[in-house]
Amino acid sequence: MRDVAIIGVGQTRIDEHWDLDLRHLALEAVQGAMKDADVEQIDALYVGNMIGGQVTDQEHLGALIVDFAGLRGVEAFKVEAACGSGGAAMRVGYTAVAGGLADLAVVVGVEKMTDKRGGGATAALAMAADAAYEAAQGLSFVAINALLMKRYMHEYGYDHADFAPFAVNAHRNGVNNPNAMFQFPISAEKFDSAPMICEPIGLLDSSPICDGAAAVVLAPVDIAQALGVDPLVQVTGSAVATDTLAVHDRRDPTVLDAGIESTRKAYRQAAIGPRDVDFFELHDAFTIMAALSLEAAGFAEKGQGVRLAQEGAIALEGAIPVTTMGGLKARGHPVGATGVYQIVDAVQQLRGTAGENQLTDARIGMAQNIGGSGATVVTHILERVEA
Amino acid sequence: MSVPENWRLRAQRYRLVGEVCDKCGAKIFPPRDVCPECEVTAKTPFTFSGRGEVYSYSTVYHAPEGYEEFAPYTVALIKLDEGPMVTAQLTDVDKEDVSVGMAVEMVTRKIHGGGTEDPITYGYKFRPSAKEAAEKSRSRG
Repeated sequence: MRDVAIIGVGQTRIDEHWDLDLRHLALEAVQGAMKDADVEQIDALYVGNMIGGQVTDQEHLGALIVDFAGLRGVEAFKVEAACGSGGAAMRVGYTAVAGGLADLAVVVGVEKMTDKRGGGATAALAMAADAAYEAAQGLSFVAINALLMKRYMHEYGYDHADFAPFAVNAHRNGVNNPNAMFQFPISAEKFDSAPMICEPIGLLDSSPICDGAAAVVLAPVDIAQALGVDPLVQVTGSAVATDTLAVHDRRDPTVLDAGIESTRKAYRQAAIGPRDVDFFELHDAFTIMAALSLEAAGFAEKGQGVRLAQEGAIALEGAIPVTTMGGLKARGHPVGATGVYQIVDAVQQLRGTAGENQLTDARIGMAQNIGGSGATVVTHILERVEA
Repeated sequence: MSVPENWRLRAQRYRLVGEVCDKCGAKIFPPRDVCPECEVTAKTPFTFSGRGEVYSYSTVYHAPEGYEEFAPYTVALIKLDEGPMVTAQLTDVDKEDVSVGMAVEMVTRKIHGGGTEDPITYGYKFRPSAKEAAEKSRSRG
């Protein structure tokens, strides 16, 4: 196994990009990352994407994107794990470079969600759940998360308003991210009075439907050093774990077993524990998922993730800052691209290029991408290595 | 929802037929052919009583395509008396009257309104337990 570094990052602004289709979004991110890495040729490209077929009638994205980016002939294919597709593609890129099968690999996450009117994106997102036993009963993806949130509130005595810090913090951080979809703050009052989508999930508990693409270039650390990359960001943990697809089959629906397992594996690889993590790019598709992620990753006891947020620990100046560039809630959640955006956000923090949101002395960052409501959890740990 | 899919799932959709593990006795629903407890093959059919209680619930206002006629409707995780949990709609109850722990029983109802290509689909929903309701009305009366 070779040590792997991230030597380039690129991203589009997340938005409703009526003037750009999937291939143009991917191109912008790939070109941005390759320019940042100062490389012109690559060995492989892996695409994280979930609903391209459903919403844009386009699959076969690997060949599409390398051809469009002027990289014809290069190994390329799509990796799918619902909303965890971007993280899963990152994992594939990591294994290719770590295993010595590719020296330069690009991982691009791309999603075009706004091309179908009405409930097109919503219907496509429901495919993250069990089609025969969840979606067939009339549950949208939001409804499934609402069942989790309702039970969590019941068990631990929380009100809807208690979840406000997750959304308020994400929006506060989105203000200073020029690539965020929502660059404005929200108040706790506005959060609690937002219209309900699926009780107890309101509009401001939820990440938006949007378009975007993000990309990274991976290389072995020795090649990165030879290229003079400084500061160098190394991938020191990379792990995937799975759980039952359907929420009703879980050991305990309010515990992310796959989150526990994938962070445990990643911590062990990086030889660190939760206390060593300087910031956590978690998967706040809904506020409840942020709480469950904090608990699964060992930052809070079961049922205490909300309490941790209320105490201010998740702010930029807190003990464990989360969603430092706006997270899924404010930066945006173009589903299959999200896992790569999280990596890009983390690299910016570790390089010291996060602008107004720059953390002081960020050395170790963790990014966690979740597919479905916890069936696939991908965790990456990144560390800044001084040249 | 395709015709062959619904035909394949008819036993579980209409009669709540799952499986029982011959080794550890675990009751399994939905059927999955491998026991989630001891991971051996488990294909012996088992018909559930249809009784259970509400573990969690929510109300859907903006229904997915094909479910609009039911909206707003309450969906729930039901903990079946035999152990497993199932996801389903509640019926014959106002959302204000639903609570965690409420006793419910299975009924067969229309679950999908059909479409231009698809037929109407029937399957399980859950309603407040008739027995529990009778006891409540006795204690009131």
